[in-house]
Amino acid sequence: MEPDKKSPAIRRIAIDPVTRVEGHGKITLLLDDNNHIVEARFHVVEFRGFEKFIQGRPYWEVPFIVQRLCGICPVSHQLAAAKAVDQIVGVRQLTPTATKLRRLLHFGQILQSHALHFFHLSSPDFLFGFGSDPVQRNIAGVLQQFPEIALKGVKLRKYGQQIIEAITGKRIHGTGTVPGGMNKSLTPPERDALLSDIGNILQWSREALALNEQIHTGHPEHRDFATLRSHYLSLTGTDGELEFYHGGLRARAADGNTIFDQFDYCDYRQILREEVRPWSYMKFPYLSALGIEQGWYRVGPLARINNCDFISTPLAEAARQRFKAFGHNGLVHDTLAYHWARMIELLHCAESIHTLLIDADITGTELAAGKGAHRSQGIGVIEAPRGTLFHHYQVNEEGLVTKANLIVSTTGNNQAMNESVRAVANRYLDGHEITEALLNRLEVAVRAYDPCLSCATHALGKMPLQVTLQDTTGKVIHQLTKGTNGALFS
Amino acid sequence: MMATTPGTIRIDNQEIPFTPGQTIMDAALAAGVYIPHLCHYPGLTPSGNCRLCIVETGNRSVAACITPAVAGQEIRSNTPELNAARTTITQMLFVEGNHICPSCEKTGNCKLQALAYHLGMLDDHFPQFYQRRELDASHPDILLDRSRCILCDLCVRASREADNKNVFAIAGRGTNAHLTVNSPSGKLADSAIAATDLAATVCPVGAIMIKEQGYQTPIGQRIYDRRTIRETGLQEHIDKKNDD
Repeated sequence: MEPDKKSPAIRRIAIDPVTRVEGHGKITLLLDDNNHIVEARFHVVEFRGFEKFIQGRPYWEVPFIVQRLCGICPVSHQLAAAKAVDQIVGVRQLTPTATKLRRLLHFGQILQSHALHFFHLSSPDFLFGFGSDPVQRNIAGVLQQFPEIALKGVKLRKYGQQIIEAITGKRIHGTGTVPGGMNKSLTPPERDALLSDIGNILQWSREALALNEQIHTGHPEHRDFATLRSHYLSLTGTDGELEFYHGGLRARAADGNTIFDQFDYCDYRQILREEVRPWSYMKFPYLSALGIEQGWYRVGPLARINNCDFISTPLAEAARQRFKAFGHNGLVHDTLAYHWARMIELLHCAESIHTLLIDADITGTELAAGKGAHRSQGIGVIEAPRGTLFHHYQVNEEGLVTKANLIVSTTGNNQAMNESVRAVANRYLDGHEITEALLNRLEVAVRAYDPCLSCATHALGKMPLQVTLQDTTGKVIHQLTKGTNGALFS
Repeated sequence: MMATTPGTIRIDNQEIPFTPGQTIMDAALAAGVYIPHLCHYPGLTPSGNCRLCIVETGNRSVAACITPAVAGQEIRSNTPELNAARTTITQMLFVEGNHICPSCEKTGNCKLQALAYHLGMLDDHFPQFYQRRELDASHPDILLDRSRCILCDLCVRASREADNKNVFAIAGRGTNAHLTVNSPSGKLADSAIAATDLAATVCPVGAIMIKEQGYQTPIGQRIYDRRTIRETGLQEHIDKKNDD
């Protein structure tokens, strides 16, 4: 990498790409002569272009094009786009069955995604230690050393995918939503099959929560790992409850004060702006009232648990109260507490799935609401597993998309990931020595937020990793490469 | 030479009866023998456009849909060589248009996709054209996406022969060939087509679609989720015969 021409006294360390993160990420650390990190840049180097290439396509195609953004949370994109399409066809209220099917689908999606996020991608770091042998620090190693934990994680994810398959026809990239409703109900045999496993799912979710609670409260060093005092953004329900599918926007400042509450997401452009920086394809959203420097925020499980006033299901609510007590009833800013918050949500999903499966409406036959006058735009916002997801489409009178704006969950945490990477690098980077353990600590910080940068599909843990340290003249001081087999070589 | 008396032909060593005037395709379908095809549709004049139904008789390769059955013909159809040629043709059709099955609303109901599965097509083989052709959404009920058109000519014949409207035509040559609309503006909205016309529903791919109907059928209940293209091809022939 070339020395920074504007600041020749600054060196760069590039970590390229980041592993156990879906999609290609690259970290560049800008060092001054005193080996202080002056800036951390978390690049997303893939350009997806969905906002552009759906222009000119009919609106009813959109949910099924944009769900291809992601292989982990396609349902979230389908549902956000479907909500926007509902507005376009003039549907304000879905039928009870369609609403509950969409909610069940979304709970299944978050359950499987949260299980994947923790068990498959992040648990190796916590069970083996951040600096442990990389050969075993992966899901295969967890299966070998902690088979009971790993298998429960795999089965939790499987159950979420079975819900998705029952409703959309496929575990990944199915159909399901149609303008103003759903195309299929849950059949009684499908419901009964899912109900037969719900006892185990509830139990395993409780155990997953207990494990994460124990990990975070039992390791004081986790408290300030990559920790940031930040603002938080999420949807909440009308009574302030934890809400994933539909609600108003709430933002809290780092001190816990409310910035806005129950804000209609259709007016999101009044409160949010996005900044473009030349070194990343991922934009930087911020709360416009607070400006670029102060307005960045965090989204996702930590934001949602910090923001909500209560959770509607008893076990998850009890867990939330323990979480709040841990934070002395203030906001919890620990970045690694994302995983704890994630498992509280996992348990809420399991409880909510149980409630919906025994609801008679879930096998109802009223699937589509009557359509109203078509509108020229639709805005759908939901809480995806990794945070608040905005889909905004404008269509012409022929039904073709003329403009699209997507603010995906990962984007919401963009600045936070940069800040957390900088915090970790400043603490653990020692002079000119780059170690695999250091690299993984940086990745641990990123993985707390998001294992999913582009939703491209790569083999877990197989991506090569190269780090190069150069001085101000561009001379390579040290280089470390991780091959596809996990072996390190200089 | 057109046969004037009933007789039999042999397709892949299976003896098949035919009646005077029948093509090899008609005789085969009537006997329950499937020959892959895209542009053949029972009741419409065959055109021989897609070349998927190519078969060998003697030392000649002919399109089964436009070649009359002749008594005593020995025909080879389901051979590795012919199926390889059919696969190549299918691959060329895929790359020449924008056939993005994962998000296409025709997926599961698409003959091109089903045929690719039938032939065991595993990839496109050829580079994608990524062409840009005009999409016509002017009609309130019907969408015309030319980027998915395979120039099978079925809509042209359906409009002319079944609907008596003559809405469509193929214009241009070679890679410039494209579907045109017979209206003052060239737009569907100004044409005589209606959503109930055969021309609006006969398209084997996702080029002509009824608007706002996509994805209404759940996965598992779409045409080719339930039956193979071989079964649907044979059923179409039976349905037409029953209608007559």
